[in-house]
Amino acid sequence: MSNRISTDEVAHVARLARLQLTQGELERFTEQLGDVLEHAADIEALDLDGVTPMAHPLPLANVARPDTVRPSLDRDEVLSQAPAVEDGRFKVPKILGEEL
Amino acid sequence: MSESDLPEGWELVVGLEVHVELATNTKLFCSCPNMFGDEANTNVCPTCLGLPGSLPVVNEQAVHFAMVLGRALGCTVQPSVFARKNYFYPDMPKDYQVSQYDLPTNGEGALELPDGYVVGIERAHIEEDTGKSTHVGGDGRISGADYSLVDYNRAGVPLVEVVSRPNMHTIEHAKAYVSELRDILLATGVSDAKMEEGSMRVDANVSVRPTGSTELRTRCEIKNVNSIRSMGRAIDYEAHRHIDLYNNNDAPRQETRHWDEANGRTRPGRSKEDADDYRYFAEPDLLPLDPTAAEIAAIDEAMPALPQQRRRALAEAAGLVPADVALVVERNQDELALAALAAGAGGAGVVKHLINNLADGAGQLTPEAFAGLVSMETRGDLSSTQAKTVLAELVANGGQPADVAAGLGFEAMDTSELEILVDGLIADNPDEWGRFCEGDKKIQGFFVGQIMKATKGQADGKVVNQLLASRASSS
Ligand SMILES: [Zn+2]
Repeated sequence: MSNRISTDEVAHVARLARLQLTQGELERFTEQLGDVLEHAADIEALDLDGVTPMAHPLPLANVARPDTVRPSLDRDEVLSQAPAVEDGRFKVPKILGEEL
Repeated sequence: MSESDLPEGWELVVGLEVHVELATNTKLFCSCPNMFGDEANTNVCPTCLGLPGSLPVVNEQAVHFAMVLGRALGCTVQPSVFARKNYFYPDMPKDYQVSQYDLPTNGEGALELPDGYVVGIERAHIEEDTGKSTHVGGDGRISGADYSLVDYNRAGVPLVEVVSRPNMHTIEHAKAYVSELRDILLATGVSDAKMEEGSMRVDANVSVRPTGSTELRTRCEIKNVNSIRSMGRAIDYEAHRHIDLYNNNDAPRQETRHWDEANGRTRPGRSKEDADDYRYFAEPDLLPLDPTAAEIAAIDEAMPALPQQRRRALAEAAGLVPADVALVVERNQDELALAALAAGAGGAGVVKHLINNLADGAGQLTPEAFAGLVSMETRGDLSSTQAKTVLAELVANGGQPADVAAGLGFEAMDTSELEILVDGLIADNPDEWGRFCEGDKKIQGFFVGQIMKATKGQADGKVVNQLLASRASSS
């Protein structure tokens, strides 16, 4: 097993992603993520001067659409999918966090 | 409003992050309308609601506007990549915001203020706006709210975030920066830049340091400033708060704070745990942007005259410095000024009248009439008070300055008549004249005032002063 990532770090990342992991999962994912990082380290060890970093696996860029309005969804239909609605808006639980 | 300088020994350090909503028809990644003030949740679709299976496609006009703004700020327009900024907050239904991270569309640039000070631009990247939440219950603030209501009309609206270097050291420069950026946005048509509607939003990073030091101390990010004036007050308050802390052997904590306009203070936001751990990664659903050199050259070619260039052009034509004409350009009166100058008027007179007497617009005033008026005043045919009166008439009803002046009975005073009046006044007031000749400046007003009274204000003050001076030197 590689030492490239600790179970504490994996637990931290899981918490950020709102994932609840069992102790067994935590250990398994720590090992798997360690392997991924090991692979990245292998690539990092190569001489990559002059190789442009890949931004996307498809060899395409600048795929854009014209700035033309198309119809939006029907509001009643949209809101009918929400668990709670008030005043034409989505009603969400009290937000804990930064005020906007 | 207190915008005092900081106490002796302290220097202000300000960097500004300005979010600008782009004036596109549609959102950044979907074809919903980009429209302020519509009924809640009427401009939404699967993409901007973050529904599973939806895919973003970038708006070409938004990318174009972003590059135009970048070039207007002298930025390097470079190949760029969208990235996901991950956080859980109901204003972003996907649970991530699409932004740009290590490869923004616009790299380093600079913005020159009217007084010539240059503020560095670190980057200007493209990102999508968030939805708008309203907190219900409690005191309307998030901490006391019972629940929140979310409108996603704004979610996905295209933004450019312009990030300055922390190299503003006075409140005046911070205010001038925002004002200049707003003028650039309006000149290029990239945004309507309305702070009160939120299409231009400013966050100020504020810290202080001992004068002469180059360190960057702990900064606080001030949000919720809704006008340039509020921003100035917020920066002033925050800088003094930091200094008080340091003076009490304490120090500020790095945090986001909110400006409370009513109470004139900043208060801490409730900071999210791990708030800065956004785990950015390249957005796999979008392709990179890679503008061609021809595209960038075309943007430069089509760039309208920017405020800085307009100030320089007018200052040069008027024989003044750019800071002198900043207000004229800000009010979009430089075209009138240049036309009046071309018609033969003197620069100082044109700029003086534009700033002092034409703030509310030029109405019926033609450049030729304006030039004629300034020339009459320069020649001494009209006193400055008379010129102001004639100008007001030209603005209200048009016409030619000579006709209007004649109609108002403003005949140029013959200098020989003035000489007689001056000599009479000197003879009648020997004591006062003695004081004048000894260099008592206060008594000068007495003589000028008496002449004005005798001529019903028609004498040219400058000529009177010259006469008095020449009499004094020969007496
Ligand atoms: Zn949409």
